[in-house]
Amino acid sequence: MTFPISAEDVAKVARLARLDIADSDITHFTEQLAKVMDHFRDVDALDLSAVQPMTQPYPLVNVLRADEEQPCLDRDEVLAAAPAAEDGRFRVPPIIGLVE
Amino acid sequence: MANIPATAAGIADAVQSKEVSATEVVEHHLNVIAQRDGDINAFNLVTSEHARAAALRIDNAIASGAAVGPLAGVPIAIKDNMCTRGIPTTCSSHILEGWKPPYDATVITTLGAAGAVMVGKTNLDEFAMGSSTENSAFGPTRNPLDTSRVPGGSSGGSAAAVAAGLAPVSLGSDTGGSIRQPAALCGVVGVKPTYGRVSRYGLVAFASSLDQIGPFATTVDDAALITEVIAGHDPKDSTSIPQPVPSLRAAAREGVQGMRIGRVTDLPEGAEPEVAARLNEAFAALESVGARIVDVTLPSLSYALTAYYLIAPAEASSNLARYDGVRYGMRTSAADTNAMYGATRAAGFGDEVKRRIMLGTYALSAGYYDAYYGKALKVRRLISDDFDRAYAQADVVLMPTSPMVAFPFGDKVDDPMSMYLCDIYTIPTNLAGHPAMSVPFGTGAHGLPVGVQVLAPALGEVAMFRVGGALEAAGAAR
Repeated sequence: MTFPISAEDVAKVARLARLDIADSDITHFTEQLAKVMDHFRDVDALDLSAVQPMTQPYPLVNVLRADEEQPCLDRDEVLAAAPAAEDGRFRVPPIIGLVE
Repeated sequence: MANIPATAAGIADAVQSKEVSATEVVEHHLNVIAQRDGDINAFNLVTSEHARAAALRIDNAIASGAAVGPLAGVPIAIKDNMCTRGIPTTCSSHILEGWKPPYDATVITTLGAAGAVMVGKTNLDEFAMGSSTENSAFGPTRNPLDTSRVPGGSSGGSAAAVAAGLAPVSLGSDTGGSIRQPAALCGVVGVKPTYGRVSRYGLVAFASSLDQIGPFATTVDDAALITEVIAGHDPKDSTSIPQPVPSLRAAAREGVQGMRIGRVTDLPEGAEPEVAARLNEAFAALESVGARIVDVTLPSLSYALTAYYLIAPAEASSNLARYDGVRYGMRTSAADTNAMYGATRAAGFGDEVKRRIMLGTYALSAGYYDAYYGKALKVRRLISDDFDRAYAQADVVLMPTSPMVAFPFGDKVDDPMSMYLCDIYTIPTNLAGHPAMSVPFGTGAHGLPVGVQVLAPALGEVAMFRVGGALEAAGAAR
């Protein structure tokens, strides 16, 4: 079962991905993404019911280190690389109180 | 000025035996960069002062009789998606413009300890997404062999830097062919080690289950030398493999007597005729020096591209969520944080990155996850199983690296699917997590270089370098 990707789908994923895409560009992106998704028909035709998914090359196991204090990144150096910082913290515009 | 050897191994020997100083070597390369990089645009940033200071430290150490590392005085160019403390790291994206990492990638630390001298950060397709280096926010890199053509990608700057003699060796990263394909298009050696062989700590993540760092070089011996230095377990990368690194330089000289070389009888079509012809000649050359050709099949290979273009964008959409105008690089101001996220990401990312983020977000979104992402992961298993069966019969498998030689600018950049097809022979290796290398082997259309790709099973670098060394010797004898 494949789903042809629509302009509404593209607009929705752009919102989910926090990408402001102009309406005029949605059409262009939809055409390009639809071409890529079209190739999925081949895979869709396969019977994969007995196949185990492979998320990465080696079986995932927990990799732990001893719970000992270690040096970490320098806070001032990290904050200096940010767009805005204040009082040892990242500074951002208001998060609540404004409604679109 | 003293005669500067062309290879990393030659430079390291000459510097240690005081035939040349590290300073002379670095000044020579900075000169070549100043003369040639205006035409090529391999570098986003030339780190002249850093390089001169590092070379001076090497020269002082040698003068005082102190021990120096195996890469003492060897200039190296670094793809601009590896973190360098206090030195801008852009991923060729506006969104990271001006960002200076607060730490070094493990490969940077390791290379520094070995005595290598970083001369600059090289251009790439934005966040390593592309096969031509045309997706860079800072303009494309041009192929030194024909500046009207692309160098390949995404590590096009690192490939071009080595091909043009701007640096004897460089590092790239390979998620779907981003080291091997530009190596083939620029006529140099490119190696993607086994997933987990080289630490990814400090490599800006594109698709974490596929990314791997590796070298570019003009010789197989140099590629082996750099791989030996950068490989090894790193506690800072939880996917790093705790296995010792074998001698790859020795392997490259060992020959291929008695080795079984796999020829894929159901290889997906699409290679240019000259590329297919060089591959056939490579089989014949290996047979003539004692290897045996065995036929293998990889029936699921034709699905690899489709699976990759769901898995890699899915991982990318998650990894690139961190560029939100809060912690790194640029911000586009807006009244509230949510509006700031959308505006920053829209202004900071280029079109190909946006396409992949949207593709990945779509494949992972509610209602589509099982239909797309889940199925792609199952295809990944089929491909891995195919390789396991092939490697029960063959020690390595030979394929073209790229279906085509270097192509002109603008040929594919607005047609994503045609660009994605550049990686049809390189992607399966990443999905399986195996090592593979591209070795220059003759020329194709327009006299441009062709690369032959040597694929090996996980941790099979010794077999891979044995065959790589033999191919290089056969190519030189042609």
